[in-house]
Amino acid sequence: MKRQSKILLVESSPIIAAGFTYLLSDSIYFEVVRVLDALDKLHEKIHAIKPDILVVNPSLMDYSKRYMVKSMFREYKDTAVVAFVTTYVEQAVLKQYHAVIEIDDTKQKIESKLHDALLDKNNNEPKENYELSDREKDVLIAVAKGKTNKEIADELCLSIHTVITHRKNINRKTGIKTISGLTVYALLNNLIDESSVK
Amino acid sequence: MKPLLFTENMKLADVINANHHLILILNRFGIKFGFGEKTVAEVCETYHISTSFFLMVCNVYSFKHYQPNTSVLALSDIPFLISYLQLSHHYYLNERLSLIKDSLYKIAKGAGTKYGTSLQVFFDEYEQEVIEHFDYEEKTVFPYIAQLMKGEKNTDYSIDCFRSIHSNIEDKLSDLISILIKYLPSDIMHNERVEVLNDIFHLTEDLNKHSLIEEKILVPFVESLEKE
Repeated sequence: MKRQSKILLVESSPIIAAGFTYLLSDSIYFEVVRVLDALDKLHEKIHAIKPDILVVNPSLMDYSKRYMVKSMFREYKDTAVVAFVTTYVEQAVLKQYHAVIEIDDTKQKIESKLHDALLDKNNNEPKENYELSDREKDVLIAVAKGKTNKEIADELCLSIHTVITHRKNINRKTGIKTISGLTVYALLNNLIDESSVK
Repeated sequence: MKPLLFTENMKLADVINANHHLILILNRFGIKFGFGEKTVAEVCETYHISTSFFLMVCNVYSFKHYQPNTSVLALSDIPFLISYLQLSHHYYLNERLSLIKDSLYKIAKGAGTKYGTSLQVFFDEYEQEVIEHFDYEEKTVFPYIAQLMKGEKNTDYSIDCFRSIHSNIEDKLSDLISILIKYLPSDIMHNERVEVLNDIFHLTEDLNKHSLIEEKILVPFVESLEKE
């Protein structure tokens, strides 16, 4: 049988840490080999234990370094880094982890997320980019002017499906969900002028 | 896992200390401050309010996972529920939104016509949507419920229609927050933006609770009436 994957858990709440360890105690795939209640000696421990997975509560991370998770752990290529979320953490921060476990996940769900994390650690996806591409800007301008997806597709020679994908990306990157919100965004960023808003 | 819930024997003052956002609901039940050491049940009795309905609102307001059991509500609770929702609407429109509007117009003025106008137009559109949404509830949904209470069945409408109406009132408010935080140029009226953002975050939170009360109390309760 393949050996169990070793987990190093960093969690400050003793109840949660014990619960997590207990939940996986009869797992045939995973084993929590060590629990730390703070990040102080993390790097030392990683070197000593060489865990396959580091499960860490993002709220324990130094706030100013919350976006740097990837670079912080880059040297440990063989360790997947999984967030264990007990309070609200923004999406942009969570995106950097190989997987995200939530406090009310079931045992099955936790195991499947840990499996995903092991698979995912090998794919180094490109860094998330929040700048709009030129094409996205074209679509945004058309949306702000009140055009429908069909009109935009015809005008820019794109399929409707592609227009929808661009719009999703625009929403994700700007955080703005409504058409009138996008109109204001386009005006503020000088992508359109007042006269072109109908 | 059953989380802690507020119960009728707790002092009302303790309940509010535990979740200070509940000060907003007192007015909607007509409760004034100065209730001393009275328990929730005692205060409710003084004001002739149904204790189970009052607690249900407090608990929906405070505990995310709380699923109220609307079968304990009686027909006589409906007027309280409707009046609670109406007073909330009134508070949002006449006290919160008008305040936010004044501050935003001030910021719009400071931002100059180019940016200012679009900000004003955006807000006016939002306000109009809110008015229409509340109007729909007051002119269609509430009268429908009043009819149901009288035992009259209106076959053209059911509370399910209300459930399926999804307004983007919340999306617009979150867009307004993004615009003020991220996209309005940084040299425009910082302090005023802090103030208005605080007000908008507050309103967002309270509106979310408002829809929870409609989703978790109003809709299931009216559904059970429809089945009778």
